[in-house]
Amino acid sequence: MKAKHRLIVAVIVLGLLMTGPFVVTSLLVWLDMKEAERTMLTELLLSRLPVGTMMTLFGFVLGVGVLHKLFKQYVEGLLRMAETLRLMLGANRNFRVTIEGPPEVQQLAQAANDLAEQRDVLMDDVDAQIATAKASVEEEKNRLAALMSELAQAVVVCNLDGRILLYNNRARLQFKALSQGPTSVAGGALIGLGRSIFSILEKSQVDHAEEVIRQRLSSGKTPISNFITTTRGGQLLRAQMVPVLAASGEEGEAAMSGYVLTVENITRSIEEEERRDQALHSLTQGSRSSIANIRAAVANLLDYPDMEPELRERFLRVIDDEVAKRSQVIDQTMSQFSDAIKTRWPLEDILGIDIVAAAQRRIDDKLKLPTKTEEIDDALWIKADSFSLVFALVSLASKLQDHYEPRELRFRLTSAGKLAYLDLIWAGPAMSSETFYTWEMESMQIGSESSPLSLRDVIDRHGGEIWYEREKAAHRAFFRFVLPVAVPEIESEPDERSRGKGRPEYYDFDLFKFEDKTIDLDRKLSDLTYTVFDTETTGLEPSNGDEIIQIGAARIVNNRLLRQETFNQIVDPECPLKPESIPIHGITEDMVRGKPNIDVILPAFHEFCEDTVLIAHNAAFDMRFLQLKEERTGIRFTQPVLDTLLLSAVVHPNQESHKLDVILERLGITIGTRHNALEDALATGEVFLKLVKLLEDKGIVTVRQALEAAEKTYFARVKY
Amino acid sequence: MTKKILIVDDEPNIVISLEFLMKKEGFSVAVASDGDEALTKVASFAPDLILLDVMMPKKSGFEVCEALRADPANAGLLIVMLTAKGRDTEVAKGLAIGADAYITKPFSTKDLVARVKTMLGIV
Repeated sequence: MKAKHRLIVAVIVLGLLMTGPFVVTSLLVWLDMKEAERTMLTELLLSRLPVGTMMTLFGFVLGVGVLHKLFKQYVEGLLRMAETLRLMLGANRNFRVTIEGPPEVQQLAQAANDLAEQRDVLMDDVDAQIATAKASVEEEKNRLAALMSELAQAVVVCNLDGRILLYNNRARLQFKALSQGPTSVAGGALIGLGRSIFSILEKSQVDHAEEVIRQRLSSGKTPISNFITTTRGGQLLRAQMVPVLAASGEEGEAAMSGYVLTVENITRSIEEEERRDQALHSLTQGSRSSIANIRAAVANLLDYPDMEPELRERFLRVIDDEVAKRSQVIDQTMSQFSDAIKTRWPLEDILGIDIVAAAQRRIDDKLKLPTKTEEIDDALWIKADSFSLVFALVSLASKLQDHYEPRELRFRLTSAGKLAYLDLIWAGPAMSSETFYTWEMESMQIGSESSPLSLRDVIDRHGGEIWYEREKAAHRAFFRFVLPVAVPEIESEPDERSRGKGRPEYYDFDLFKFEDKTIDLDRKLSDLTYTVFDTETTGLEPSNGDEIIQIGAARIVNNRLLRQETFNQIVDPECPLKPESIPIHGITEDMVRGKPNIDVILPAFHEFCEDTVLIAHNAAFDMRFLQLKEERTGIRFTQPVLDTLLLSAVVHPNQESHKLDVILERLGITIGTRHNALEDALATGEVFLKLVKLLEDKGIVTVRQALEAAEKTYFARVKY
Repeated sequence: MTKKILIVDDEPNIVISLEFLMKKEGFSVAVASDGDEALTKVASFAPDLILLDVMMPKKSGFEVCEALRADPANAGLLIVMLTAKGRDTEVAKGLAIGADAYITKPFSTKDLVARVKTMLGIV
């Protein structure tokens, strides 16, 4: 019952209470009276009725007044207060009850306000704590990611499904170097967040390593497992696996929730080992036959001195022949396996120019001696133990300064075949070879710093040589360090850090919860992995001979657009470009010629898209181009396709335009350049992420729902 | 009766020495330069002892040895393997597949002659 109705009932009850007892008493008395008494009473009452009625009415009005006042203060006041409290509970935390009305109500209001105050303090406190915790977790994540990205080892973290949650730059470069065939075109698409590690490493071996770790865990041993695996390209990888253990509150063994793999390409060192074996083999086993031949011939010559001259001649020929062959073998072995036979001191590949720069800095710093460089091969990599080599250079400089006081020193770096020449040049009097010999053998010293090694030790460690040489014409001399030249295994990419903003997205720990890879249409849009892509084409009519000239794509994993994991490839259309289209896509004839054609690119792109839902703006257009190549390449894109144009129409059915530019503006997304396949794909990705939230507001949560809604829009009915 | 020796080696430089040596020691000598020829010569020449090199084109010494031992007719044939493969594992293999002696190169010619004579029971 409403408050108003209750007031009316109360008024009626009041009226009844005021008149009821009198009327009932009067009726009872009336029934009890005789006829004469009734007449007398009527007369008596009728004359005084107005006064009675007046009094009753007056009392009634008074009663209603009091009732109304009470109602206003207690019922309506409390109702108002209840509304305010609701508001405080929900929409506006800072709202407070106005203190009014009778004292009891005021006290109640005060108590409610106090409670609200207390609650606010608590909530603020909790919020602050959550924020701090979040910030520290984020910081830890970033620190870990930063640490990982700088590591010189390739590290990949996977969940139990073999999905990659984190990888570092080194891993990316290493696997990129590994990828052969179509993937090398895409720039090593094999590794990526949410991708399967099994595309790189043999699944059975990873499973076995995982099993070993579980066994070691349960038996209380250090959980670690090593294995060596061959890639599709025939490279040898040594992998070490350690588990990621889930923090479990219960006692007992922690459950394994994933694993960390450190991967090292050992193809080279194994090859080197094999070469060393070969060298050893050719020097031992190979010698046996020869020496046997010589030995038998010599023994015959000695044992039978009276043999015919003809036979003697033949035995001598055998010896001559075998000795000549042996000499040749030794020469060959030395030249072929010189690298392998050399010292096993671990040397790193380093740019020669970096060694020179380091030595220059130290000479300037320690000896205050000016240095210059002459001819420097700045692309020359050498195999060196940089610390001891720099120490040797500086200690030589120090000795020169002590004995000959040169005004300046110069460096020169040149190469000859497999050898690098690092020269330390100075002008001054000739030095004797004895002096240099003692310098070579003394332990090295720079001021108070001394090394247990001698110059000779350092040279031997590098499998190198050093000598002193005079340039008589120039009145100067130099020490020449001969060092092995290195071929760097992985060259760094200079444009590495310029792409995208901020820290590379090499990690995503939320993928720990990732399950099952096949595309389930009933999963939430925000949970799936997508490939957003765009193509540039020679024209708008695929069925009329227009061809794809560029494919750009990026991945969306766990609701994040990964700017590091992109596919960007120009394609040779094998037909002339239309001049009028060149200003649109900015791709010229020169850019497409010599690029791989669609037969090569499409399989690579297909691999890049594996297990993902495709997204494109006006997808029908791009899909048409892809489908027309199905027959020729045998590559079919069978995964579901979402179209941001249609999805935009689902979200904003009353908007006129759903062009990418217009949508970008409408959704408040600013991007740099456009009309480059990769940039457009990235823009489409941003649009999609915004659309996911807007679709959710419309109750469209799963992929299936999104596909159905898109189909129903007006635009869908307009066939391309 | 003169004992017959078959020398099997693809390297003429050793064959010439061995042939000379064995003839000087009074043996009747035949030469084969690969595995297949060795098997034919064993049949035609019927040697008492065979000096068999391991590393040869076509058939290796191991294969020849196995083939010879597979035929019971050759049960009495003595097989001496001469090889540049000096590893323990290979010596073991040679003896295991039925060689009577395994001599690694280089060897002393005197020792070889002594060994051959002992095996043939000529002292």
